[in-house]
Amino acid sequence: MPTAQQTPTPVRPGPPTPTPRHRPTRHPGTTHRRTHPMWFIAPALAVLVVFFFVPTLFNFVYAFTDWSSFKTSINAVGIDNFTDLAADGTLFSALRITVVYAVLVAVFQNAFGFVLAVLLERDTRLNRVVRVFFLIPVLMSALAVGYVFQALLKPDGSLNQLVEAVVRHPFEYAWLGDTTWTIVVVAVIHAWKWMGLSMLIYLAGLKTIPEDLLEAAHIDGASRWRTFWAIKSPLLAPAVTFNVATALLGSMNGFDIVQATTGGGPARTTEILNIFIYRTFGQGLFAQATTMSLVLFLLVALMAFPVIRFLRKREEIL
Amino acid sequence: MTTSAPRHSAPRLSDARVWTRLQPIAAVLLGATVIGIPLWLVVVTAGKSQGEALSPNLALPSEWHLWENFATVWTDGEIPAAFFGSLLVVVPTVAGVLTVGSLASWVLARRATRLTAVLYALAISGIVLPPAVVTVVLLLRYLGLAGTAVGMIGVYMGIYLSTVIFFVTGFVRTIPVSLEEAAQIDGAGPFTVFRRVVLPLLRPVLATATILICLYVWNDVFYAFFVVGGRLDTLPLNLFRVASAGLYLDNWHLIFAYVILMSLPLVIVFVVAQRKIISGITSGAVK
Repeated sequence: MPTAQQTPTPVRPGPPTPTPRHRPTRHPGTTHRRTHPMWFIAPALAVLVVFFFVPTLFNFVYAFTDWSSFKTSINAVGIDNFTDLAADGTLFSALRITVVYAVLVAVFQNAFGFVLAVLLERDTRLNRVVRVFFLIPVLMSALAVGYVFQALLKPDGSLNQLVEAVVRHPFEYAWLGDTTWTIVVVAVIHAWKWMGLSMLIYLAGLKTIPEDLLEAAHIDGASRWRTFWAIKSPLLAPAVTFNVATALLGSMNGFDIVQATTGGGPARTTEILNIFIYRTFGQGLFAQATTMSLVLFLLVALMAFPVIRFLRKREEIL
Repeated sequence: MTTSAPRHSAPRLSDARVWTRLQPIAAVLLGATVIGIPLWLVVVTAGKSQGEALSPNLALPSEWHLWENFATVWTDGEIPAAFFGSLLVVVPTVAGVLTVGSLASWVLARRATRLTAVLYALAISGIVLPPAVVTVVLLLRYLGLAGTAVGMIGVYMGIYLSTVIFFVTGFVRTIPVSLEEAAQIDGAGPFTVFRRVVLPLLRPVLATATILICLYVWNDVFYAFFVVGGRLDTLPLNLFRVASAGLYLDNWHLIFAYVILMSLPLVIVFVVAQRKIISGITSGAVK
C-alpha cells in the first residue's frame, strides 16, 4: 500500500474533485477494497510461489550441495560445484554455446520472419494459404521438427541428394557432424520452426501502419523501396523488439530441437545449458544439474531485466 | 539506393507490376521448398516399409504402408494412453491458468498501488526467467506430488501463469471502467462484476492465451521429462522414447508415422479455427 502523504498517482480517477475529508488519499483505496479485492490475486500468487519461486530459491541452495542419486544425505559443499565445472571448462563452453545459439536463432528467426511478412503482405487468397503453410512448423512439436531435419540432413540424406542433382557430383557433407558449423545449422532449424510466428507478428506490425501515411509518401513521389525503408521499417520497431526478445529468451531456454538433431554433439559443440542439465540429471548428478540450472537462471536474468523494463514501458503506452 | 530517380510515376508503376507478377510465383516456390520438402519427407517416409525407410529420401514408397505403420505405433508407442495423458495435463493446466490468471489480472490492472505494481512485476517475471527444472522435482517429492499429473499441472501453471497475466492485464487496461461501475451501482459484488461483466469482455485475449498455452504444453517434452518421465505417458514423451530406444533406432517410418498422428489434433484445430487463431495471436503482441 502507498504510505499516504505523497500519492498524486492514483491512475484510476475517482470523482475528479478530491473530496476534502480527513485523509483524502485513502479514498480510492477503500473503494477498491470493496470493488477489486486483493484476495482475487491470492490463488495466482500461491501457484507462482509454490511452483515457480520456491524451486528457484531451492536453486540457490542446492547448487551449493552434493545432492545426487548416489547418496541419501545432502551436505553443503560451498562453491565446489562451480569450481569443478569451471575447472574442466564445461561451465564456460556451455555458457558460450548457449549465448551463441540464442543470438544466431534471434538473427535467423527475425530475418526469415521479416522476409516472409514482406513477401506475403498483401491479403490475397494465395498469400493466406501460403501463410498457413508457414505456420505448420509452429504447431509441430519441436522434437518432431528435430527428427525431420535429422533425417533430411544425414550425409546420404535428401538435402545432399538435391545438392548432388544440382551440382552434378557427389556431395556428402555431414550437416550435423561438423564441430564448427553444426551449431549454425541447428540454429537455422530452430528459426525454421518459429519463423511463422515471427512472420505473423511482423504482418500485424505492417497492418498497424496508417494508410494515409503511405498515401502521403506516394504523393510525395517516394519509390516503393524508399517507402519501405523510410516509413515501414521504422514503424515496425515494436514488432522487432518483441520478436527479438522472445527469440533470444526462448532459445536460451531451448532443448528439444538440439536434443533431437545432435543431442549436444558432435564433441559437445552444441551442448547448450539445458542439454547439459538433462544429461547430468539423467546420470543422477543432481547438484551439478542444479548448478547449471542456476547459471542459466542468472544468465537469462542478466539479459532479461532490460527486456522486462521495456515490456512494461510499452504497456504504459498502451 | 534510389535517391533522385523515381520522380515520374511510370517506372514506379512498372516496378509495382513486376512485383505483383513475381510475388505469387516467389511465394509458392518458397513455400514448396522450405515447408513442402520437409513435410513431403515425413509423409512418404511414414508410408514406407522398414527396409525402404532405412535411409529416408524423397522418393515415393514402392508400396504404401501408411496404415500399417500407424497401427504399429498406435500399439507400440501406446498412443491412446499418451493421448489421454496429454489431455489429462493440458486441459486442467489451461483451465486453471486462465481462471486464476484472469482473476488476478483484473485486480492487478484496476488497482494502481505500489504493492500491485510490485506484484505485477513479480508475476510476469516468469515470462523470461527459466523455471528451475531440477529443484522443482525435489519440491514435488516433498509435497508428495512427484511423478503425478497434479504435480505436472502445477509446474506448467507456475511456468505459464506469467504469460496469461501479462496478456490479460494489458487487455483489461483497455476496457473502460464505466462498464464495471454501472454494475456496481446496481449492487453487484466483485465476483459478480468479474463473472458477468469482465469475463465476457476478456474472451478474445483468453482465446489467444489458450492457443499459446495449448501449443506449449501439448508439445513440451523437457519439463515433462523431469517431472513425470517414465511415470505418465504423454505424446511427446512417447515420441522421444520411440525415437531414442535402441529397438527403434533408424525406424524412420515409425518415427514419422508417430509425428503425423501426434501433430494431427493441433493441425485440425488450427485449420478449422485458422482465422480466429491468427488474429488472436497477433493482437496480443503488437499493440
